[in-house]
Amino acid sequence: MNALTGAWSWLTTAAHWSGDGGITQRLGEHLYLTALALLAACAIALPLAMWLGHGGGRRVGGALAINISNAGRAVPTFAVLVLLTLTPLARYGELPTLIALVLFSVPPLLTNAYVGIAGTDRDIVQAARGMGMSRWQVLGRVELPLAFPMLMTGVRTAAVQIVATATLAALPGGGGLGRVITAGFANYRTAQVVAGAVLVAVLALAVEGLLALLQRLLDPTRPGRRRAGAAPASGALPPGPHSVPADAAEAPART
Amino acid sequence: MSANSCLVANDWICGEYVRTRGQELTDATVQHLVITASAVAIAVVVAFPLALLARRWRPAAGSLLGLTTVLYTIPSLAMYALLLPFFGLSMAVVVCGLVLYSLTVLVRNMLTGLRSVPADVRDAALGMGYGRGRLLLTVELPLALPAVMAGIRIATVSAVSLTTVGAIVGHGGLGNLIYSGMQSYFKAEVLTASVLCVLLAVTADLLLLGVQRALTPWARKGRTA
Repeated sequence: MNALTGAWSWLTTAAHWSGDGGITQRLGEHLYLTALALLAACAIALPLAMWLGHGGGRRVGGALAINISNAGRAVPTFAVLVLLTLTPLARYGELPTLIALVLFSVPPLLTNAYVGIAGTDRDIVQAARGMGMSRWQVLGRVELPLAFPMLMTGVRTAAVQIVATATLAALPGGGGLGRVITAGFANYRTAQVVAGAVLVAVLALAVEGLLALLQRLLDPTRPGRRRAGAAPASGALPPGPHSVPADAAEAPART
Repeated sequence: MSANSCLVANDWICGEYVRTRGQELTDATVQHLVITASAVAIAVVVAFPLALLARRWRPAAGSLLGLTTVLYTIPSLAMYALLLPFFGLSMAVVVCGLVLYSLTVLVRNMLTGLRSVPADVRDAALGMGYGRGRLLLTVELPLALPAVMAGIRIATVSAVSLTTVGAIVGHGGLGNLIYSGMQSYFKAEVLTASVLCVLLAVTADLLLLGVQRALTPWARKGRTA
């Protein structure tokens, strides 16, 4: 395992972490791009999913939610990144990368959020209406809490997708940890290539793990979170439909 | 001279490019197909016994699905880079990476398909004296086919798209053209290869859909004509 020890010694060399183009700087770029793109994608996809799933056009929404995910899978991320950097947009620094990141993270967000909201048990919605809730109350206090697990699945998928796409952005010269890998390839340094790959893989797994933890902590439908009584019998929300389609949008596009 | 103008002007769409570099495009497409097809084929062969094992033995199911999901989380560029020390700059890096990605989808879908076979059907076959092997091949597998085929379609389309990243090790099929077009700022080369890549994914998906329909004639009956 020559390569692994080489990668380890590369990673433990202090000089590789600091300075211009060091790991710290690349990690910062990666996290900055990821956060910015995720926020932008949420700002676009979530309101749209709420509108489609809550009332708007559920019929249009279903077809859109399925097709947009399939299309996202068929279009190569690498091709879109390169195409965007060849356009005049490339004059604005990281803008092409950012656009590509948002483009590829909207489908999982939209699909999961839509499926979660539209899949709310109609009886529960009817009951909420019967209790005198307004449309907005139904959305905010019934549909969104019940759709929360699906919503978070979408956010997790999108975040992992963004981390992966941001890595690829190094090929056309964008920032981020992918640059460690491409620089290693350019200089025929296998140790650096492997070290960069380990960094990227760890980052992707950490983002996924952190968001999964966040989901567990924030889940409004988690039994025991409403500390009224022992468990679901306390009149909290029923197990709900979120347990059914947990895999509805499984196998997101991978980059 | 005027025929060359779109090459000189570096237009996005250039018929002259397609005409003069036909061989290059064909070679790249063939390489793309070879990589994708061999990866999916290997993945199917590997995933099937794994799915059977996971169905037989519950602890295996959890750890197997967990492991493949972790593999799925690793970005493609990192995956190819991690496989580099094992295979060197070769096609095997790309194929192996794609196999690992496809396993996630395939094992999961095969398991779902096998588990969806109604217990009544299984009991009936056993009551008729079917052995385990015959039960699997003639009853369970056909009934699991829609889920399995759905998995193969997803894996194939993803593999077509991910093959492009293989350009980093020089074996990316059409991705090689995208990569070289990127370095020389050659718009027509990038766009043509990208469009071909999407066409390849869509064609493969439709072909597999056709195969699925041909293999499961019973699924069509009863539905709309």
